[in-house]
Amino acid sequence: MISIKNLHKKFGDLEVLKGIDADVQKGQAIVVIGPSGSGKTTFLRCLNTLETPTSGSVTIDEQTVDFSKSLSKKQIMAFRKQSAMVFQHYNLFPHMTALENVMEGPITVQKQDKKLARKKAEQLLTKVGLGEKINEYPFQLSGGQQQRVGIARALALEPKVMLFDEPTSALDPELVGEVLQVMKDLAAEGMTMVVVTHEMRFAKGVADEVLFMDEGRIIERGKPEDIFNHPKEERTQRFLNLIQKTDII
Amino acid sequence: MERLVDIAQSSFLPLIEATIQFTLPLSIISFIFGLVLAILTALARISTVKIFQIIARIYVSIIRGTPLLVQLFILFYGLPTLGITIDPFPAAVIGFSLNVGAYASEVIRAAILSIPKGQWEAADTIGMSYTQSLRRVILPQASRVSLPPLSNTFISLIKDTSLASLILVTEMFRVAQQIAATNYEFLLLYGQAALLYWVICFALSLIQGRLENRFDRYVSR
Ligand SMILES: Nc1ncnc2c1ncn2[C@@H]1O[C@H](COP(=O)(O)OP(=O)(O)OP(=O)(O)O)[C@@H](O)[C@H]1O
Ligand SMILES: [Mg+2]
Repeated sequence: MISIKNLHKKFGDLEVLKGIDADVQKGQAIVVIGPSGSGKTTFLRCLNTLETPTSGSVTIDEQTVDFSKSLSKKQIMAFRKQSAMVFQHYNLFPHMTALENVMEGPITVQKQDKKLARKKAEQLLTKVGLGEKINEYPFQLSGGQQQRVGIARALALEPKVMLFDEPTSALDPELVGEVLQVMKDLAAEGMTMVVVTHEMRFAKGVADEVLFMDEGRIIERGKPEDIFNHPKEERTQRFLNLIQKTDII
Repeated sequence: MERLVDIAQSSFLPLIEATIQFTLPLSIISFIFGLVLAILTALARISTVKIFQIIARIYVSIIRGTPLLVQLFILFYGLPTLGITIDPFPAAVIGFSLNVGAYASEVIRAAILSIPKGQWEAADTIGMSYTQSLRRVILPQASRVSLPPLSNTFISLIKDTSLASLILVTEMFRVAQQIAATNYEFLLLYGQAALLYWVICFALSLIQGRLENRFDRYVSR
């Protein structure tokens, strides 16, 4: 489903991604972990072309983009449609209700029929457990509810791949579960997902594969039980010790 | 005393007429043109294209660095020297629009920059183009932020339209001057003009309050 080849990203002189190679099969959920500043967010943003990679290529569902060549806006926009991003800080549109947030993409971008888009948005919000809250503005919702609207907004575009950037790290602990549950359900339905998270429960329970990133490279990859129980690389061990000490498990 | 009441009564109608015919249209048309110009200027200022930035900066700098009255005089009395003759009313509209455009562009620029970067990114990830992001996501939020300062701009503009009397627009203050010149009741006529300006501005501040309430429906208080 996704194939990433030798992906590089530089900000000026700073090389943040130093050649990423990865493949994700259809329906897989991949969890990316790694220390702060290792390039996890940048990696996700490159897949959604929110950042334009400096070089390398990405294939999503047989559509390949080679970033070494110069690309037109149109090509980038077409490629971006393949995936949708869920942000750490939700980034909901505050001037729109939950329903309007979810309908916005289908109506403004995909020019769908308003009635149809509305029905679909209601279904999506019901699916993430917010059927009662469709007419609330973001400020009237808890963090966990806002993030679930964020997930519904991304799903409304019917992307082939869902990208999650630390979707629960801004939440109070008691609200984390409801968001993870929605993501778990999505994975069970066969959605292809790339998730940056330090939620070990989620990684162990849901991930098909875990990638450990450090300094712009994927240092180690494997099944969650292997990575967490018998990490091969010293850097992975050190990182896991660190987050286990701070009690994120 | 009776004479004063008579004068006040008989001058009231012409003053109102001039307000409806000239003062209000001049204010409203200039404000609308000015706002469009201000949005374009603000976008030029934040654009990544150097030449747009430079043009916008020069424009704002010239307008802010010269008196409005001098600008109006150049447009109306100066340009004919170059063979460009503009009637009083259009000349005033051009002058005031350019003025609002420059001042309001700073307000709008600050408002756009105050919208968190995450809003642009959210718009990007759902596939919006630059103009769609602006129209659907950024400007609606920026307009809430800029409503109070833009209301001030509008109120200043209404009062500034009295300067148009000096380029022969028969707006309300010019009519007051003309009547006062015939009966020498300067205090009475200019007092009436002042009262009328105040009533307009007061009405505006009421409208502003209602608009603010509407905008604030989506923020917690
Ligand atoms: N737009 C940008 N311009 C310049 N440098 C950037 C930009 N975005 C990210 N960086 C730098 O790239 C590096 C990687 O950042 P990134 O946000 O991808 O890390 P991360 O792994 O997501 O970290 P965290 O766990 O803290 O979220 C950091 O050094 C960061 O300062
Ligand atoms: Mg990050």
